[in-house]
Amino acid sequence: MTLIGEKGVRRILLATALSAISALLLIALFIIKEGLPFIFHYGLWNFLSSSDWEPQAGKFGIFPMVAASLWVTFGAMVVGAPLGVAGALFLSEFAPRPVMRVIKPMIELLAAIPSVVYGFIGVMVLAPLIRDYLGGPGLSVLAASIILGIMILPTVISISIDSIMAVPQSYREGSLALGATVWQTIHMVTIRAARSGILASIILGMGRAIGETMAVIMVAGNAVKIPHSALESVRSLTANIALEMSYATGLHRQALFATGVILFVVIIILNSAAMVAIRGKAARK
Amino acid sequence: MRIHPRYVQYGAVAILSGGTLLTLAVLVFIVVFVLEKGLPVLSLDFLLSSPQDMGRAGGIFPTLIGTIALPLLAILIATPLGIGTSIYLTEYTRENRVTRVIRFGTDCLAGIPSIIFGLFGFIFFVTILGMGWSILSGGLTLAFMILPTIIRTSEEAIKAVPKSYRDVSFSLGATRWQTVKRVILPNALPGILTGVMLGIGRSIGETAAVIFTAGSSLRLPTSIFDSTRTMAVHFYILAREGISNENAYGTAAALIIAVLLVNLTAYWLMHWFIAKRS
Repeated sequence: MTLIGEKGVRRILLATALSAISALLLIALFIIKEGLPFIFHYGLWNFLSSSDWEPQAGKFGIFPMVAASLWVTFGAMVVGAPLGVAGALFLSEFAPRPVMRVIKPMIELLAAIPSVVYGFIGVMVLAPLIRDYLGGPGLSVLAASIILGIMILPTVISISIDSIMAVPQSYREGSLALGATVWQTIHMVTIRAARSGILASIILGMGRAIGETMAVIMVAGNAVKIPHSALESVRSLTANIALEMSYATGLHRQALFATGVILFVVIIILNSAAMVAIRGKAARK
Repeated sequence: MRIHPRYVQYGAVAILSGGTLLTLAVLVFIVVFVLEKGLPVLSLDFLLSSPQDMGRAGGIFPTLIGTIALPLLAILIATPLGIGTSIYLTEYTRENRVTRVIRFGTDCLAGIPSIIFGLFGFIFFVTILGMGWSILSGGLTLAFMILPTIIRTSEEAIKAVPKSYRDVSFSLGATRWQTVKRVILPNALPGILTGVMLGIGRSIGETAAVIFTAGSSLRLPTSIFDSTRTMAVHFYILAREGISNENAYGTAAALIIAVLLVNLTAYWLMHWFIAKRS
């Protein structure tokens, strides 16, 4: 590289290295620039706590959507977290290594399936089942929870496996030598040693569930109301943005960007929490 | 009554393996369900003919072009940035405040939901920069989205190149950049390509970020300034507006096959890379 020289190369590389953080700042800047004035204008508390979402009448209360997002995310955690951790424990502690090496990438393939396909499966398979056996419209909190729970499995399993595998073998040997069974070793030693990584995997899964849009639009039914049972139709924050963005103008559009600001802040908090969990573990070692 | 630990363990294994099997069954079910319903519709003619009547009849040719163009553009933009970042992080600096900030930014960017990318792309590329709904806007937005994937995988790949390779290169009098260019990058290439393939896979399946930036025009795009509709968006519109379940299944099958092929290639590359290393 005689043309630019070593110093020039270093500068160019540093510039590219700042691309990700610049992208993040740019995204934050423009979402906030569009959404924050609305929050000041309408009042954050009013915006979050009012249940009237009538954009034509100038009423922008997103409480039903906040409730919907919380319920659906909670449901996804109930479905996805135990199943994911169970899968991770089985694959890392019981399954033979070659089996794990085949199955882990297969499960990671679940993450590659487009979210619209999950949504479609929810509509075609899951919603009719719920409608026929449990009642309600089918497209519901329950359907969304199950679909999102499945969608977060790869995140939970993959990161949990990594943290369980990082537990030193000597911990397990020590426990087994004291006469503990493999299962006693797992739940008394391995899980405890790997818990911050497992926690991080669940938090990251939660971030995915809150942020998921297309699958939720398709399976949650999109009615703007506070759900009273898991069989009712709801509209999540993300769905509200995606459904109304195409025709929203003026204050209405600003309100959708303000919803984006709320989501952005929640996601950054969750990601930071996951990072602290992972880093805390690294520091203890 | 106290249950013998051995039986507790049997129970635990049963539950854990059951959970794992359930997860695998779901994966297999999704793929088989879509392929079973979609493969009868899918044909070369379906892929290469134009849609008629909003997609009620005809094929998906313009969306195939959109599905190739958008990820391609995203990759062309994100790959140099991603590789540059990973080279800088691994070869040109030690862990310090700057690298921590870069890593934090990368991790956060990876967690941002696609709808936020869509909102951002819509306001920044489409509106403020005046690119309109176009392949360019969509490609740039997707590039932002897949950047973290490429950075992480490239970094892993570069770190996996043994230190002795660098030592030999330096001892022969090579500069840092010569070492990176002639020794490290060629050896890390399969690993880097894995990241690129994963990025392509994610772009192909993306909907929320694409629909607000590339639009949903069904016309065949002639330049990167034209709006386009990807297969994922087409599938979403067909399914959600109930235009044609049959064509929705066909499109879904094409989508799943594309995503699986890309991801399996990524996996195969990584496998090859690891085999070569050890």
